[in-house]
Amino acid sequence: MKFYTKPIEKSPRIDKLVKALYEKMPEIEADRAVLLTESYKATEGEPIITRRAKAFEHILENLPIVIREDELIVGSATKAPRGCQVFPEYSFEWLESEFDTVAKRKADPFYISEDTKETLSKVYKYWGGKTTSELATSYMSDEALLAFRHNIFTPGNYFYNGVGHLTVDYPKVLAVGYNGIIKEAEDALASLSQGDADYAKRSHFLNAVIISCRAAIKYAKRYSVLAAEKAKGTQDLKRRKELEIIASNCNGPLEYGANSFYEACQCFWFIQMLLQIESSGHSISPGRFDQYMYPYYKADLDKGIITREFAQEIMDCVWVKLNDLNKCRDAASAEGFAGYSLFQNLIAGGQDKYGVDATNDLSFMSITATEHVFLPQPSFSVRVWNGSPHEFLIRAAELTRTGIGFPAYYNDEVIIPALQNRGLSLEEARDYNIIGCVEPQKAGKTDGWHDAAFFNMCRPLEMVFSNGYDGGVKIGPSTGDVAKMTTFEEFKAAYQTQMDFFIEKLVNADNAIDAAHAERCPLPFQSSMVDDCIKRGKSVQEGGAVYNFTGPQGFGIANIADGMYAIKKLVFDDKKYTLSFFKEALENNYGEDMDSGMAEKLTETVVKQIAESGREINEDVIRIVYKTIRENKASEEDKKKYKALRHDIENIFKYGNDIEEIDTFAREMAYTYTKPVEKYKNPRGGTFQAGLYPVSANVPLGAQTGATPDGRLAYTPVADGVSPSAGRDTKGPTAAANSVSKLDHFIASNGTLFNMKFHPSALEGQNGLESFVALVRGYFDKKGSHMQFNVVSRETLKDAQKNPDKYRSLVVRVAGYSALFTTLSKSLQDDIINRTEQHGF
Amino acid sequence: MEKELLKVSGRIFNIQRFSIHDGPGVRTIVFLKGCPLRCRWCCNPEGQEWKFQDMTVAGKIKPVGQDITVEEVMAEVEKDRVYYRRSGGGLTLSGGECLWQPDFSEALLKCSKDMGINTAIETTGYADLEIVRRIIANVDTVLMDIKHMNGEKHREFTTKDNALILENAVHIAKEAKKLIIRTPVIPTFNDTEKEISDIANFAVSLRAVKEMHLLPYHRIGSDKYAGLGRQYTMSHIEVPTKEKMQMLLKAAESRGIKAQIGG
Repeated sequence: MKFYTKPIEKSPRIDKLVKALYEKMPEIEADRAVLLTESYKATEGEPIITRRAKAFEHILENLPIVIREDELIVGSATKAPRGCQVFPEYSFEWLESEFDTVAKRKADPFYISEDTKETLSKVYKYWGGKTTSELATSYMSDEALLAFRHNIFTPGNYFYNGVGHLTVDYPKVLAVGYNGIIKEAEDALASLSQGDADYAKRSHFLNAVIISCRAAIKYAKRYSVLAAEKAKGTQDLKRRKELEIIASNCNGPLEYGANSFYEACQCFWFIQMLLQIESSGHSISPGRFDQYMYPYYKADLDKGIITREFAQEIMDCVWVKLNDLNKCRDAASAEGFAGYSLFQNLIAGGQDKYGVDATNDLSFMSITATEHVFLPQPSFSVRVWNGSPHEFLIRAAELTRTGIGFPAYYNDEVIIPALQNRGLSLEEARDYNIIGCVEPQKAGKTDGWHDAAFFNMCRPLEMVFSNGYDGGVKIGPSTGDVAKMTTFEEFKAAYQTQMDFFIEKLVNADNAIDAAHAERCPLPFQSSMVDDCIKRGKSVQEGGAVYNFTGPQGFGIANIADGMYAIKKLVFDDKKYTLSFFKEALENNYGEDMDSGMAEKLTETVVKQIAESGREINEDVIRIVYKTIRENKASEEDKKKYKALRHDIENIFKYGNDIEEIDTFAREMAYTYTKPVEKYKNPRGGTFQAGLYPVSANVPLGAQTGATPDGRLAYTPVADGVSPSAGRDTKGPTAAANSVSKLDHFIASNGTLFNMKFHPSALEGQNGLESFVALVRGYFDKKGSHMQFNVVSRETLKDAQKNPDKYRSLVVRVAGYSALFTTLSKSLQDDIINRTEQHGF
Repeated sequence: MEKELLKVSGRIFNIQRFSIHDGPGVRTIVFLKGCPLRCRWCCNPEGQEWKFQDMTVAGKIKPVGQDITVEEVMAEVEKDRVYYRRSGGGLTLSGGECLWQPDFSEALLKCSKDMGINTAIETTGYADLEIVRRIIANVDTVLMDIKHMNGEKHREFTTKDNALILENAVHIAKEAKKLIIRTPVIPTFNDTEKEISDIANFAVSLRAVKEMHLLPYHRIGSDKYAGLGRQYTMSHIEVPTKEKMQMLLKAAESRGIKAQIGG
């Protein structure tokens, strides 16, 4: 039998581990930053790749290690559970300036002790002028910087942090251990001639790989020693036995390769954690865990040395550990990535490289593990194709029904050809996994730079109306006065011109950051597990991977489709309004007051400025400022006219209701972004490829976007992913799915994201599950790429907003990931509540 | 497909996609306007009258009722074909009462069968036998209400006697491909073990009946009464408890029929 469908019971250990992990607010620790800086000071003048390797080695030799109570899988990057280390080599000013607010902020707060603040302040003195973000800034063109500052797009993710976003060759390390990789690097070294033109760079890179791999082996051995000591120190005989096995698991397997499922899981965890000690890049994705672990599991079962129950317990422990890692982002990014998420995407099911269904026992057990731990990590996904077993999808639907927001569903039938179109072989494409939110790639061979930037498609449309001006500053090209445009084609062409211009700036910004990472933060340890770095003698960051992409995301398709359609219909077809009037109505926010949340924020800023200028602040002042900001100043008569326009806009077709005319229009509008993007090249020798999803950036970036012609009010969230605008799809889930499927998901090969929110009643009973699976299958038959679901009632969410204490464990699907609802900012919570809730009727 | 069928016109008040509790799989329900019964608990009161109406929904006036051709309806139904195929779903006619627009219903069902789409109806069974026969000839699953075995009580709560319904049920059981008996469980009307057992006994006596569904009373439609300017006479009625439903389920099952709570 290939798999068992009956879930295994949860071991009592898992609840204990989870409870211990979530007892306190996560904490920022300084150890890594201190060790890194010590090493950097000692290696000034050496090649950067060598310095990186030596720093990694120094960190792993001295970073405090802990084995937490009841753990079966060990290895922690911080002393405190869910703590985070700091990575000053990428950027540090933001944290320094947020020292006193980081524990109090709404999105993803972190505790930081006074000691740590003091230590970090000292460390930071070294880093001025040495970070990737500073170098990236100096590489960027003035126009790109301007567009970046005016929030047309934000490449903030890699601007402030490491890149991450890849899946390394886990099975290789499990098979040959780091010794095997060291051997490979040594052989490569031996094959070089000192007379080679690139000998200096290659040899230093290969030596850096060797240093890093040795450091990893030594680090595991430190855990072996600690476990052995702890075993001796305990009176609990059961725990002593466990610690003895842990000691043995940490001594050998990572060096020479794993010989059992348990060893393989421990090795996996070391790899996963060490990658995130080397760099702050997130979305380091475990990928096809059910595939590369299966041979170990199967062999153990055949030999009779493991039970399915114990294998499940081990997997559950790995799942818990994935939540022990954490990352502190700057306040603005924290809103965009809210939920403490590291986006470690783990995917089950799908085809193997020969096109045969590869769903196995571990695929089912992955679902069970997600159910057991019920935490935001790993970002759990399933692959679906025509040959996926029905039982597997029903089991996945049962997980969806719990409301955890997992799994996300991915369509092999779209993703495989989309990857082939980017140059992957059929076998490689079939073996894809997902990075982070929705980004597909071939593990161990790809540096996808998948979250290169968020590009707000609504902003260039604003630039059409303003002829390239933003707040009085010229940031875009002159496309002419809209009052003089006489055809819709002319208007559309102006939009494309603005898009083309800003996409070029986006590329400039991304490539500047890319170059900065190659120059200042090449990663020898990560590169040791990505082909063809060793063969080519260069790091991932310098283009060592077989496949190199840059994937910036466009979002706001629904707003653009609905808005452009409204203009076409109301201005050019029906001639009911002029473009000038549209412009006026947009500038006046359709005669509505400013969004209260936004007005509060602006008030805060203004009041702060007044206070800084030395004037006294009292409640009256605040009230007056708030009133001035919030209230619309247009005359009552004008307001009425603007509101009438908005009313007319609301009554025309909207994307998301299965109406051919506007859905086709949406497909075309998506091309205004996806097509120009794919023309560009990155410095690693690869190409750009577009994605269509915002993570949760549609909320903070929407807060910087004026009113749009689809009737959206100023500063409110922009539509998320390829989903219809919130509340605009009224014909039910199949209609929304049909609309979304009409976009070209193949060209957006960096991923598309379709969010749907379900009331639990829609999945009740066997018929509920069957219908749900039919919905997923049907959408995929129509060539949609990705689907994910929130299954909670609106009332539940509202109550959770009011009584967060009652709902500490409430997990919701945010965008490409799930997060604890109560840790999200109020505005993001509102956005989730307002997304149309789909009922089964 | 015969072209004339596509031109047949009828009157509906809603088309609802992704319906998952009314017949097998994912279904599109077409709600036909007009019904001979006036059940007190009816959750679609806007479907009872044949005439066009205005209903206030969330403070806005919404016209109820639309004349539409079979061709137009089928264009909507066609859109979810892929989901029917994946789930064994299809078209369901509901209402109102589809038997009261026999030409339109027959045309919809025939077209649907011609297009290879599974069909179902939700019906009171209250119509001439000849009409019933015309309709069920094109239906894969008949979901028929048997609300009460006592004619008097039936009349009191629905305005019509049950004799015609019970008579038709016998014929439908003989001729339909699949018949499911549905009973709305309404406190003060039929929520005793005795009343449910009587219905179950009747269902067991019919040939071809495979299942019985007990649909617990709910108040989802109550706001619509106010929206239509009518009084909702059931406002004092509490929804049946889970325990009560389980008890009634057991009562039905004890008569030897496969029963379930909900559709």
